[in-house]
Amino acid sequence: MNIEAKADDSAIRLQGLSKSFASQHVLDSIDLRVRRGETLTVLGRSGSGKSVLLKLIIGLQKPDAGSIEVDGQDITRISLTELNNIRKTIGFLFQQAALYDSLTVEENVAFPLRRHTTLRTAERTDRVRELLARVGMEAEVRKMPAQLSGGMKKRVGLARSLALDPKIMLLDEPTAGLDPITTAEINELIQDLQQERQMSFVVVTHDMLTVNAVANRVVMLYKGRLVFDGAPGEMKDSGHPFVSKFLREAEGRD
Amino acid sequence: MKLWSQFVWCAAILLAVSVSVRPVSGSGPGDSSTGLRSAASRGLEWFGDIGVFSWSLIKDALTPPYELRELIRLMDEIGARSLPLVALAGSAIGVVLSLHTRDSLARFGAKSMLPSLIVISIVKESGPIITALVVSGRVGAGIGAELGSMKVTEQIDAIEASAVNPYKFLVAPRVLACMLMLPLLTIAADFCGIVAGWIANTIVEPMPLKLFVTMGLEQSGFGDLLPATFKTVVFGFIIGIIGCFQGMRATGGTEGVGRASTGAVVLSSLFVILADVVLVRLILTLFPL
Repeated sequence: MNIEAKADDSAIRLQGLSKSFASQHVLDSIDLRVRRGETLTVLGRSGSGKSVLLKLIIGLQKPDAGSIEVDGQDITRISLTELNNIRKTIGFLFQQAALYDSLTVEENVAFPLRRHTTLRTAERTDRVRELLARVGMEAEVRKMPAQLSGGMKKRVGLARSLALDPKIMLLDEPTAGLDPITTAEINELIQDLQQERQMSFVVVTHDMLTVNAVANRVVMLYKGRLVFDGAPGEMKDSGHPFVSKFLREAEGRD
Repeated sequence: MKLWSQFVWCAAILLAVSVSVRPVSGSGPGDSSTGLRSAASRGLEWFGDIGVFSWSLIKDALTPPYELRELIRLMDEIGARSLPLVALAGSAIGVVLSLHTRDSLARFGAKSMLPSLIVISIVKESGPIITALVVSGRVGAGIGAELGSMKVTEQIDAIEASAVNPYKFLVAPRVLACMLMLPLLTIAADFCGIVAGWIANTIVEPMPLKLFVTMGLEQSGFGDLLPATFKTVVFGFIIGIIGCFQGMRATGGTEGVGRASTGAVVLSSLFVILADVVLVRLILTLFPL
């Protein structure tokens, strides 16, 4: 890691990032910086490339052009081993939680610990219990993912992504498809994590409740570009027709 | 072998693959003028992709850490749990061979050759190929569906995101387990086939098992058994790699999982048979009678 990067306070820095599938430009030369300790929410319509953005940051997809710096290292230019070292500092919550369905809840959360730490079985079990207690799932350790509801899966997914004490959390639609009460609980959980640990969050969502509850900063993706970048309160005054429409429709629904 | 015959072989294989490999995104009926060309390029693309896949697998499989726990679990899943099926299929082949050859040999007055014929045909060909086909049906479909559903529900992405190499963790142990278990299953199939052949024979014309086996082994030796049994390591590789490959590139929800598992069975059975042609030729060259 070079000295310049250390002095920089950005956790993630995207420059000129482009990605297209077939003829569709999903991301068109995006520049974006996420500061340490900041919670950035990414808004946009379904299929506007929000999830792609997260997958690019963790290196699951390769960009067509541009650079992605995570913790000062451009992940598009490093080896798989180095990329994996960076991935260990990132927690990723998938849209459908993506729990391993052949493993129990406990084994799911233990998976990253088993792979990347030298903890002994007893220590690991304690750590898993602690993580599951943190998300309110300590009673379900022996269940299989298929026996859990959508909200429970998200909680377990969150516990699994927290296992290695990440510095950056990438959350893909943490509250999509959940009832308002569960949504509020998940939002509270994210708020608690923000206060407890100095983590940076990138939260992809189209739920204004989540934005209002957790965001320091909001960006909005529209047709592959960022059409808004600012505090949640400033969205009303953005003047961009798409941002206004999005807010109007969201309020109409609530 | 003459050049043209090799060319015909390659064209036939390419055509078979093109027909079996459905396009990833449903392109609809399409016009027939570009149909053949796109089918051919799809076939070529498939070969290219599976080549790259196999190469990165071999590279990853050789570097530590090794997935021993997974390997042992999968050897049980793939090997031990296929045993009843393989034993049954092997026995059936033994019975059928005995029924068929009995009359034919009687016509030539060579009925005393029956035990040798059953032993040789089971050990050299029927045992290995029937084992590989049964396993490609059971295990190939299983691997294709398992990895396919992991793929479409983002579990493979989740493995990668937690800094674990899915080739190493998922693919390598599956392929290796197939390679290790197929020869063992083949021996089981051979054994069941010979015993069932004896039973079918002894119902018509009683003969002690010991005599049957002694007569059977008169004409054959380890030179027949070993190459034929060890060629199934290649079959195992084919079944494992095609199952994993089809699964890992599944797209499009449950329908994609279905396509992945069908593709795994169809293509692995096809390539097992095609590889058998090459291997038998190779064995005949290396171990002349």
